[in-house]
Amino acid sequence: MFRLEARTSTPAWFNLALPLIAIAVTLVLCSGLIAVAGAGVIEAYGVMLSASLGDSYAITETLVRAAPMIFTGLAVAIAFRAKFWNIGAEGQLLAGAVASCFVGAIPMPGYLAMLLMALVGAAAGALVALVPATLRVKFKVDDVVSSLLLNSVIYYALMALIEGPWKDTFSGYPISPPIEDSANFPVLIEGTRLHLGVFVALIAAPLCWFLIARTTLGFRIRVTGENPEAARYGGINVQRVLISTALLSGALAGLAGVGEVGGVHFQVMSDISPGYGYSGIVVAMLARLNPLGVVPAALFLAAVMTGAEAMSRATGVPAFLSDVIQGTALLSMLVALLFTAYRIRRVGAQT
Amino acid sequence: MSAPLIEMRGITKSFGAVKANEAVDLSVAPGEILGLLGENGAGKTTLMNVLFGAYAPDAGEIMVEGKPVSIHNSADALAAGIGMVHQHFHLAPRLTVLENLLIGIPGRSGRIDRAGGLARLTEISRQYGLSLDPNLPVSALSVGEQQRLEIIKALFRGAKLLILDEPTAVLAPSEVDGLFAALRSMAAQGLGIIFISHKLNEVRALTHRCVVLRHGKVAGLVDHPAQTTSAEMAKLMCGHEIVPPVREASTPGASVLTLDGISTSGHAGTPLRDVSLFVRAGEILGIAGVSGNGQRALADVISGMLPPKTGAMTIAGKIVAQFSPRELQALGLGRIPEDRMTTGLVTNLPLADSMVLPRIGTEAFSRKGLLNPTAIRAFAEEQIKAYDIRCPGPMVRAGALSGGNLQKALLARELAFDPKVLIVSQPTRGLDIGAARFIHEKFLAMRARGCGIIVIGEDLEELLMLSDRIAVMYEGRIAGTLPSADATIARLGLMMTGAGHTEEAA
Repeated sequence: MFRLEARTSTPAWFNLALPLIAIAVTLVLCSGLIAVAGAGVIEAYGVMLSASLGDSYAITETLVRAAPMIFTGLAVAIAFRAKFWNIGAEGQLLAGAVASCFVGAIPMPGYLAMLLMALVGAAAGALVALVPATLRVKFKVDDVVSSLLLNSVIYYALMALIEGPWKDTFSGYPISPPIEDSANFPVLIEGTRLHLGVFVALIAAPLCWFLIARTTLGFRIRVTGENPEAARYGGINVQRVLISTALLSGALAGLAGVGEVGGVHFQVMSDISPGYGYSGIVVAMLARLNPLGVVPAALFLAAVMTGAEAMSRATGVPAFLSDVIQGTALLSMLVALLFTAYRIRRVGAQT
Repeated sequence: MSAPLIEMRGITKSFGAVKANEAVDLSVAPGEILGLLGENGAGKTTLMNVLFGAYAPDAGEIMVEGKPVSIHNSADALAAGIGMVHQHFHLAPRLTVLENLLIGIPGRSGRIDRAGGLARLTEISRQYGLSLDPNLPVSALSVGEQQRLEIIKALFRGAKLLILDEPTAVLAPSEVDGLFAALRSMAAQGLGIIFISHKLNEVRALTHRCVVLRHGKVAGLVDHPAQTTSAEMAKLMCGHEIVPPVREASTPGASVLTLDGISTSGHAGTPLRDVSLFVRAGEILGIAGVSGNGQRALADVISGMLPPKTGAMTIAGKIVAQFSPRELQALGLGRIPEDRMTTGLVTNLPLADSMVLPRIGTEAFSRKGLLNPTAIRAFAEEQIKAYDIRCPGPMVRAGALSGGNLQKALLARELAFDPKVLIVSQPTRGLDIGAARFIHEKFLAMRARGCGIIVIGEDLEELLMLSDRIAVMYEGRIAGTLPSADATIARLGLMMTGAGHTEEAA
C-alpha cells in the first residue's frame, strides 16, 4: 500500500526536474494516441523534433511561435504570483492586437509607429485585465470566471469589427486592413520570419524576473500572493498590488498581440491567436511561475506546435495532437507539483 | 495492576537527519490519565502521530491490550480504540452535532441511522456528563462546546484511549474546570487518557503520571505529579533550571498610547464599545478577558487593521489621522499579531522576507523601488544571531521554523526599530517554557528602556507577572482596570464574567 506523506523540505533539484519529468510523462502518454492513429511513435516524434529544431530555419520558426507564448506565459506567471487568477490573457492579447493594428495603419515614421503600437497594444491589454481585477477588488467577483468570460466578449467584439466597420474593403475578406509597410517589424535574419518582437520577448523574460525578484513591487506581489493577510498587516496595500499586477499582466499579454500584428500577420483576423493566451497558462505552470523558466517552457510548446504540423503531413497523425500534448503537459505538471509538497511512502510492508 | 491499555515500545522516527523520536517507551493503563510533557520540538506530536497512524515509525511496536497492532491511518487507530482530539477541530460547521457524529458511520441499507445515533449520544452524555444539544449546528457552538463534541465523537466511535493535544489552550478558565471534571469521570470509568500540555499547573492538577520528553527521548517519568513542583518538572523538560524573570519597580513616564472613546463596527468578532485606555512609557498594560470579548477588535484597531467608527487614538502625543498599518508604524508602533502563521509571516517565502516585510519600502531595505538584497540578508542574519533564532539561515522557508522561533523572529523585526509602543496578542501561546521566558525577558527589557507595552492575553498568571496594570475586557468594554499589585486571579476572574466593576483609583 502506498500513501502520500507531507514533505518537510523540498530538494532544490526538484524545481528543474519536475517540468522535465512532466514533459517526459506527457510524451509517453501521448505516444498511445500516435500508435492508435497508425503511425510509428519514434518516427512521429522524430519528425516533430527535426521539423521544429532540426535546422536553423526550423529553429527560427519555433522562436517566432514561442514569442507570443513567452509574453502570455510571463503575463500569467506574474499574475499567478500575486494569486490574481488571470485566465484572460487570450482576450488581452486580442485587444493588444486590435489596438496596435489600428495604430500601425496610421501613416507615420516606422520607428514611431512601432513604438506607439507597443505602447497602445500594451495599454489595451492592461485595460482589459483591469476589468476582472477591479471587479475582484471592489465587489469580490471571482477573477477566474470574469477574466475567462471576458475572452469571449473580446473575441466576438473583434469578429464584429472585422466583419463590419473594419472589414478590409480591398480584399473583401473578414480581416482588418493591413498596417503600413513601414510599421512592419524588421526581420533579424534575412530569409526567415524572425522579427524584432521575438528579441523583445526574449529580453522581457529576464526583465520580469528582475521585477519579481529585485524590486519592492515584486516583493509586494510575492507577499500578497502568498499571504494577503500578512501583507496587509505588514503595511502593504493589497488592493493596489492586485491592480498593479493586473495592469502589468495585461500589458504583457497585450504585447503578445502586438508582436503577432507587427511581426507575423501585419493585420488582424479571427484566427490571429490559436489560443496563445491559454497556452500561456501551460507555459507559466511548466515554468513554475518563474519568469526565466517561461522561455524554455514556451520554446517547448512552440516546438510541439510547429513539429505537429510537419508530423501530420509526414505520418498522417492529426495535428490536433499538439493540443493534446499541451493539455496533457499541464495536467502532468499539476500532478508533478503535488510532489513538491508530498512524497510517496510505502507502508504496510513492515510489521 | 491490569495489563496496559496501550503500550508503545522503542518507538523511533526520523525526519531526514533529525530524530524526532528515539526509543520512546510509553504506556497507559485503563483508568489512567497520563501527562505527556516536553518543550516544542521534543517529539510529543510526532509520537502521538505515530500512535494515531499519521506516521509510520522507523522502529518500535505498539500493543493494544497486550496484542501487537499495526496502525497505518486514523481508521486503524479508531478500530484499535484510540481517539484523538486535535488542537484544530475537524468538524463540519454547517452540520448539526448529531450529523457530525454520524459522518463516516455506515448506516443501514444506505440510510443514516439517526435514532440509533441519538440514543448513543444520550448514553455517552449521561455516562460522562458531556451534554450537547444534538440539533444545534456546529457553527453555533462555542469553542469549548466544539471541543466537547470532538471528545464525544471519539467516544462515539468506541475510543478506549483518548489523546488530547493541548486541549486547554483554547478554553477560558471556567471551561477548563468542566473539561477536567469530564476527563476525571472518563478515567474513573476505565478509559485511558493522554493529556498533552505546556501548562504545568494543569498537568499537576489532572494527571496521575507523566512522561517527559526531551530531544525525542524520554527524559524522565513523574510518578506523583501532584506532589512534584512545577520547577522540578520544568527542569526535566528543559534540562536546566528555569528562573522566572523579575519585574523591577519603576516609575512610568508620560502616556505613549491613548484610546479615547473608541467604538467599532463591521468586525467579525465582538465590536468595541466606548473603549478608553492609555499606556505610559516604561509601563506594561495587560488586557485580560475571556476570549471573544473584543480583544481581537482592540488589537486590530491599535495595529491599524480596523479603523474605528468613533473615538480617537494618539501615539506619543500625535493624533492618528489615518488608520493603516503603515501610518501607525511610522508613528512608532510595534505590533506582534495573535496569529503568527496567518497574520505575521509568509510561511512559503524565505524567513528574511517576513522579517523585513513591514519596512520593505524604507531606506533600510530598498531604494527607489529596488530591493537591497544584501541589506535584507544582513538584517535577517543579525537578528537571527541576536535573538538566537534556531534555523538553517535567513533563506529558509519561514514555515519550517517552530512556533517559538517564529515568535522570536516577529519580535526581532519589531524591536529592531525601537518602537515607542508595542502591542502584542497572546505572546506566548503555544510556546514552551524556554521560549516564553525569552519573550518575557525581552518585554521587560523594552519596558526598562521606556517602551509602553500592551499585552493582550488569556493566561492570567502571565499577565500578573508582566503587567503594571491590568484592564479587563467584557463584551467589548473595559470592565475595569487594576494595578497588578491589587489584582488576584480570583478578582480578575470575577471581572471577566462581568461581575464587580472596578474603576481605577489612580
